[in-house]
Amino acid sequence: MTELNKAHTVAAGEPPPAPKKAKAQEEASLWMDAWRSLRRNPWFVVSAVLLVVLVTMALFPQLFTDNDPRACPLSRSRQEPSAEHWFGTDIQGCDYYARVIYGAANSMAVGVIVSLSVFVIGVALGLVAAFFGGWVDAVLMRLTDLVFAIPYLLGALVFLAVQSERSVWDVSLILIVFTWPTFARLMRGSVLAVINNDYITAARALGAGPLTIMRRHILPNSLGPVVGYAAVFTGIVIGAEATLTFLGVGLQLPAISWGLQLDEAKSYLQQLPHLLTFPLIFVALTVFAFTSMGEALRDALDPKSKKR
Amino acid sequence: MTTPRTPEPSFTGDTASPLLEVVDLHVEFHTKAGVAQAINGLNVTLNAGETLAILGESGSGKSVTAQTIMGILDMPPGHIAGGEIRYRGEDLLTMKPEKRRKLRGVSISMIFQDALSALNPVLPVGWQIAEMFRVHQGMNRKLARQKSIAMMQRVGIPAAEERVGDFPHQFSGGMRQRIMIAMAIALDPDVLIADEPTTALDVTVQAQVMRLLKELQVENNMGLILITHDLGVVADVADKIAVMYAGQVMEVSDVYEIYAQPAHPYTEGLLNSVPRIDGQDERLNAISGLPPSLTDMPSGCPFHPRCPYATDLCSAERPGLLPVVAEHTSACHYREEIYNGTRQPREEAQA
Amino acid sequence: MSQPAVDAPQDPFADSEVVLDVKDLVKHFPIKEGTVFKRRTGAVQAVDGVSFQLRRGETIGIVGESGCGKSTVAKLLMRLEEPDSGSVTFRGEDFLSLKGEDLRRMRRKIQIIFQDPYTSLNPRMSVGDIIAEPFKLHPEAKPAQGVRNRVMELLDLVGLDPEHINRYPHQFSGGQRQRIGIARGLALNPDVIICDEPVSALDVSVQAQVMNLLEDLQQELGLSYIFIAHDLSVVRHIADRVAVMYLGKFAELGNDDEIYRMPSHPYTQALLSAVPVPDPRLRESREEIVLKGDPPNPANPPSGCRFRTRCWKATEICVEQEPELIVRPGITQRSACHYASVQAEFPTDSS
Repeated sequence: MTELNKAHTVAAGEPPPAPKKAKAQEEASLWMDAWRSLRRNPWFVVSAVLLVVLVTMALFPQLFTDNDPRACPLSRSRQEPSAEHWFGTDIQGCDYYARVIYGAANSMAVGVIVSLSVFVIGVALGLVAAFFGGWVDAVLMRLTDLVFAIPYLLGALVFLAVQSERSVWDVSLILIVFTWPTFARLMRGSVLAVINNDYITAARALGAGPLTIMRRHILPNSLGPVVGYAAVFTGIVIGAEATLTFLGVGLQLPAISWGLQLDEAKSYLQQLPHLLTFPLIFVALTVFAFTSMGEALRDALDPKSKKR
Repeated sequence: MTTPRTPEPSFTGDTASPLLEVVDLHVEFHTKAGVAQAINGLNVTLNAGETLAILGESGSGKSVTAQTIMGILDMPPGHIAGGEIRYRGEDLLTMKPEKRRKLRGVSISMIFQDALSALNPVLPVGWQIAEMFRVHQGMNRKLARQKSIAMMQRVGIPAAEERVGDFPHQFSGGMRQRIMIAMAIALDPDVLIADEPTTALDVTVQAQVMRLLKELQVENNMGLILITHDLGVVADVADKIAVMYAGQVMEVSDVYEIYAQPAHPYTEGLLNSVPRIDGQDERLNAISGLPPSLTDMPSGCPFHPRCPYATDLCSAERPGLLPVVAEHTSACHYREEIYNGTRQPREEAQA
Repeated sequence: MSQPAVDAPQDPFADSEVVLDVKDLVKHFPIKEGTVFKRRTGAVQAVDGVSFQLRRGETIGIVGESGCGKSTVAKLLMRLEEPDSGSVTFRGEDFLSLKGEDLRRMRRKIQIIFQDPYTSLNPRMSVGDIIAEPFKLHPEAKPAQGVRNRVMELLDLVGLDPEHINRYPHQFSGGQRQRIGIARGLALNPDVIICDEPVSALDVSVQAQVMNLLEDLQQELGLSYIFIAHDLSVVRHIADRVAVMYLGKFAELGNDDEIYRMPSHPYTQALLSAVPVPDPRLRESREEIVLKGDPPNPANPPSGCRFRTRCWKATEICVEQEPELIVRPGITQRSACHYASVQAEFPTDSS
């Protein structure tokens, strides 16, 4: 055997295969691969820093302000921004900076809960539909078409309007119900793009079962676009929550949220524009951070964008 | 309305000069990783009725050559660093862009490997052929339609009259290739560039298409530039051949001479490594190693890491494309010894 | 095979054990219409009665043009598709009736090498993990010396550097990836390897390396190959026996000399004549049989002999009676033609 081996290595005599730059240990697993290209993406760095700040704000608002957002002496109502109250005060005399900071938690919560849930539902259904095909696919896809046909804001508007009590969970649930089809479709398309590759056939030829094939071969190669979109979608949901609350069918007082602040500010647009400006800036920044994070992730996780 | 068989002579060149003459052509690619030489001084002449084959493996730069002559090279990153491409004595590279555009598709035309993506999927094939006449000759719809039926018949599409309104996907691969050929020759070009025209086709269909190209060439006295990786097809149809490797022209010669007496080790290696339909079951003489990456080229001759004859000179100095005998040039330091078969491979390469 | 004729070439594998016995394999793919309620409107007869025996250490080549069903044969033999009827016996065991654990166990013995080295390796797995995957799926076959050692041994066996075990597919060239695919196929010590166009995506100079490797491995490990390809020259080089396939059936089956030197079926003759030989001197002497038209639709094949619509010998009997694949007078191989003859008898006036 050894003699033959030598014959091969001499006959083949191939020079070190990869370009010299590529280190032998260079990983190509989904996340390592993505991380390498993310580090060099300025948009990723900007959005990552923003997100870290915003998430900290949502989890530990007391780090950012000593004021109690619920301490609202009417005596200091309707003040313009000042050194003492950076964002001014609202009608009730609450410190507006503190209210905006504390508002992050609810907005983020809705965004993350909805995104994570539709991600899990979408990935599972899309994977099953694409992998098994046939009637499983037909039934699942007709179902997604059905839900897809209802614009999610309209659906949420109708279903939330009939509820008298609306918590973070209620709003999230309704948004989940109306938005999962996007993810199921995206995942299905992504799986269909890899399922006909010969490495899947090779695994089947070796006797691998459906679960092994999905876990080891399909998921790592098809998850990329969906992960990216999930981040973009978190931004969209945060915008949607603000919109629904602004329209009066989202969260309710005494909860603190950006949507509620916008809702309140609309009556005083002329006199107190700062009531509108500050929460709007935060909504915009959050949506921007998630969206550009998502775009960066999508690029990094997409195998097609990789230079070979 | 008069319909001249040949298109408006938008160009009146010197008919005494060769049809197409490539003189010392250099093409470079400017990339982030540095400057990559794509063509290193190509000299070749194509006369009317002649076939020039450009042979090379993937990444050898053979398609760049075709694109440069056709004038569809992406610039940047491509950059023509020097040389001339003379069409009937006039240099295409210094010609006014307006004038050159009028030659494209009319006097110099091209067919591609993948007919399905080269044809517009939402237009009937007859309409696409007719467009050539309508745009370039201002022919009316009815006449152009008749002409396109005639073209389809000429390239051997059965029942052309009924099929003129069909869409590209309704034809088989071989038939689509014929339709693309019909479009390319519609205006009677002098030069036809065929970029891997039969690579995607089955062998019997390949034979049909190659035969059609040869017939049309004789009929119209066209010069044909055939870009291919197939040594068999080249031997079958070409008059002259340029062998390319890693973006360099390795050898240019008459086709009979090069198959009998190659003057470059790469050409020799290729000829030895291809299995032959009339061959015996001997072990193939594979060329060892792999082609280099264009952004990470070896020093000196690009073939030296795989060359059984290479010496220190080969890794130090890049050989120029120089004549061995008349009309036969080779870019090898030892071209004369290879040509005469007197050079011995290095010992470790023999083992 | 049947009675040996006087000058029948010796079959070097006549005494070897029959590894794979394929009888009357049939696979029709239903054509369905309608989106929700599907109706069966016809069937593509991809494979329609294919039989052959494969012996230990032997290579049987299956050649044919695209759509002839050769890749479906590969899928059926791998049980990636279930045949409609027919039998496959592997070393005396009925392969097609195996289920569950027995099937999984048997899969170790028949492995496959794919055409496209770019899609046949999972880009997210290291080379070590790719080659070790067979051991994960077949824990009972785990090598005594440890999986990692065995993987390195396999890398060495296919001519790759064992130190590259942690690299990823994108760091390798096409030819090297094909070697990785071969190593994966060899991991479980199979008896039969189905090679589905294993070199057609590779450049000429690399193709020869991979073919030599396949031949060396066969010699050393006593493998049997089913070598599926459209390139007749490659098959001639590597195969001991050759089956020519047309529209789901074998047109001719014999050893390589019989098929390539004395073809008796008109389709084989046409196919061989269409292959260009890399020698320009043979240009004039070559007699090319150019077939008319394209292969018929496999969903609606012609009655009788499937080749008759393109055959110059076809008569009444070819329309009415399907020719069997049998040894016919004057030839030693099996031929499915009523007029099987070593002479092409091609009418010179038609084209």
